[in-house]
Amino acid sequence: MKRLRYTLWFVVGLAAALFGLFAYQLSQPKDEFVHSAMVGQPMPAFDLPPAVESRPGLSSADLADGTPRLLNIFASWCIPCAAEAPQLEALERAGANIVAVAIRDRPEDVNRFLAIYGNPFTRIGSDDISEVQLSIGSSGVPETFVIDGNGVITYQHIGDIREEHVPILLEELRKAGS
Amino acid sequence: MMRWLAALLLLAIAAPMAAQDTMPPAPYAYTQLEDPAQEEQARELMHTLRCLKCQSQSIADSDAPMAGDMRHQVRTRIAAGESSDEIREWLISRYGDYVSYEPQISSTTWPLFVLPVILLLLAGTVLLRRMGRKS
Repeated sequence: MKRLRYTLWFVVGLAAALFGLFAYQLSQPKDEFVHSAMVGQPMPAFDLPPAVESRPGLSSADLADGTPRLLNIFASWCIPCAAEAPQLEALERAGANIVAVAIRDRPEDVNRFLAIYGNPFTRIGSDDISEVQLSIGSSGVPETFVIDGNGVITYQHIGDIREEHVPILLEELRKAGS
Repeated sequence: MMRWLAALLLLAIAAPMAAQDTMPPAPYAYTQLEDPAQEEQARELMHTLRCLKCQSQSIADSDAPMAGDMRHQVRTRIAAGESSDEIREWLISRYGDYVSYEPQISSTTWPLFVLPVILLLLAGTVLLRRMGRKS
């Protein structure tokens, strides 16, 4: 009889632990982002034609020349991309070298976008079928990657860059340089 | 009155601002492969890959441009002779297990497969012991 009682208490404890686990998991904020599994991996080989005449295109070789860079994935049709423009400008002013990939975009639209929101990019590649985006595990626009001088992806920022993210990105860029 | 009607009419025909591109879809987003066997293989795979923009649909079900671009990848890779598993692995190495709908036994998912077996065995032994006691 005593053994049965212990067993019952054990079952009660197990159920309580289970509900505790549920309560804990439910109280955790949901992570809506799909994180890239390519962080820590070298940039896959690619070679994109220029998106506009005023800037050269972008290839994986450009990203492995010793300089750490920010790689901004954007599009002129993407509204949060316009919202992060001041932050990209601030990053550029702080000395960041920023290159970009324009996703599914037309030259005239990219030109108009850059004329309105500024052009902090040294290179802009045109990716009409999201090929490079898929190959680096990016699931939307805008996203910003930190690439070290050897062409290895060291950090991924998902969504538009807000003011509070600027120091984080600069710190990640500094870490990628050392 | 007429002015209101006109305003209403304008509202009705106004195109909603699209937060999407106007580019044509990738060549193989909506075009089937010529070889029916390859197309069948691509289709089967596409039904088990998650659209990343519209997270509860497969890329075969979604009209999001990104899903179209993913279908293009699947079809061109299959046409180039890659196997379904290789393409799935390629995507998992980019996006993690999340991108695949195919259940896989891994270091994090094995309890899902082991627990039901344990529970069944447990229920079986309890049942057997009770029945044995009765008779």
